Amino acid sequence: MLRVEVTKQLGEFSLEASFTSEGRVTGLFGASGAGKTSLINMIAGLLRPDRGVITLDGETLDDTTTGAHVPPHRRRIGYVFQDARLFPHLDVRQNLDYGRRMNGLAEDPAQHARITGLLDIGGLLDRRPGKLSGGERQRVALGRALLSKPRLLLLDEPLGSLDEGRKVEILPYLIRLRDEGIPMVYVSHDAAELRQLATQIVMLRNGRVTALGGVKVLTGSTPA
Amino acid sequence: MFDISPTEWTAILLSLRVAVIATLVATPFGIALAWLLARHNFWGKSILDALVHLPLVLPPVVTGYLLLLTFGRRGMVGAWLADNLGIVFAFRWTGAALACGVMSFPLLVRPIRLSIEAIDRRLEQASSTLGAAPWQVFATVTLPLALPGILAGMVLGFAKAIGEFGATITFVSNIPGETQTISSAIYSLIQTPDGDRAAGRLVLISIVIAMGALIASEWFARRATQRLHGN
Repeated sequence: MLRVEVTKQLGEFSLEASFTSEGRVTGLFGASGAGKTSLINMIAGLLRPDRGVITLDGETLDDTTTGAHVPPHRRRIGYVFQDARLFPHLDVRQNLDYGRRMNGLAEDPAQHARITGLLDIGGLLDRRPGKLSGGERQRVALGRALLSKPRLLLLDEPLGSLDEGRKVEILPYLIRLRDEGIPMVYVSHDAAELRQLATQIVMLRNGRVTALGGVKVLTGSTPA
Repeated sequence: MFDISPTEWTAILLSLRVAVIATLVATPFGIALAWLLARHNFWGKSILDALVHLPLVLPPVVTGYLLLLTFGRRGMVGAWLADNLGIVFAFRWTGAALACGVMSFPLLVRPIRLSIEAIDRRLEQASSTLGAAPWQVFATVTLPLALPGILAGMVLGFAKAIGEFGATITFVSNIPGETQTISSAIYSLIQTPDGDRAAGRLVLISIVIAMGALIASEWFARRATQRLHGN
């Protein structure tokens, strides 16, 4: 279970959000500038809240009253960025293996084979990120995050940088991931996308949570 | 023309040794300082920045004299190092390496700093979300991505070190076999009658070394950039 209760001032913009999520896929829904990315950056530990608490499965990740802050590398929270952020100096195989190496985990060929199969990236292993298409890059980024064995996966508009054709290409993979059972927080401004993926919705507007609930809260909503 | 005398060989080999050691020892310090200047804001940063660049604008003889005052046998640091660690710089080849290292330091630091500043920090964030501790982020993302700049800085520093004259001769004098580099050998030769031919040979050799260094640096930079862009 993820509990977030934070405030953060970013220049003129103030973010004040609280929600708890039990759902397998929490959809963070809102227009651009609503504070979605800042919010998941705080969950990842990349941004520290001014005030508030973040807990995951009973473990305190941030608590400003005690000054507790678990740094990102100790959170075991995977993050798939909109722009993939693959390491350009490493090939796909090394990118996929990066999280395992950094966490000092034993090699797990079965898991590796399963994830590369799931995402259809087995044929890309020897390529460099510079030689991949946008859709391939995003699939490798997904695989890389998953292979670090996170307990929660954050996805920030993973389809945002792709054209319509590519989106249709990636979506089935995301649905497969959801059915793997790993909890996810999925950020999007696209209600249709979230209807297909999310089990619970947190709606953000101008840095405030305006609605919480099942995917039906998306009905009639126009974010942009 | 290419009948190189033993004294000249000695000067050439000494120059190479001095420049290689100066570059290799200075590089870790250069990387640390470049990273500090590129990534951190702290009190006195502009003073530190100016200090690093000082050897570039000071007359070399001033730098050499300051080194003599500091690292000479009676200098504060020099006396301590000699008494406690047995390291002597004055009138030794190690002193020449120190002078060359100090003189080439600004040229070493600058390309490294620029390449660290050019790194997309979002890649470092990605690395930390994958479980990399800050030192691992540095070792596996920052350092490899800065490699073209590091190599360029090293070659530039090496080229500067091998040609250094003023600070070296002021600090450690011009002793054949100990501190007489190509530059100081040329200086001695053109002061002696009939030294022209020998001086000419050394001039040619220093041109070859400098050109070689520049070509090598281009090649390294191109290879490293290609590696980064996945070709």
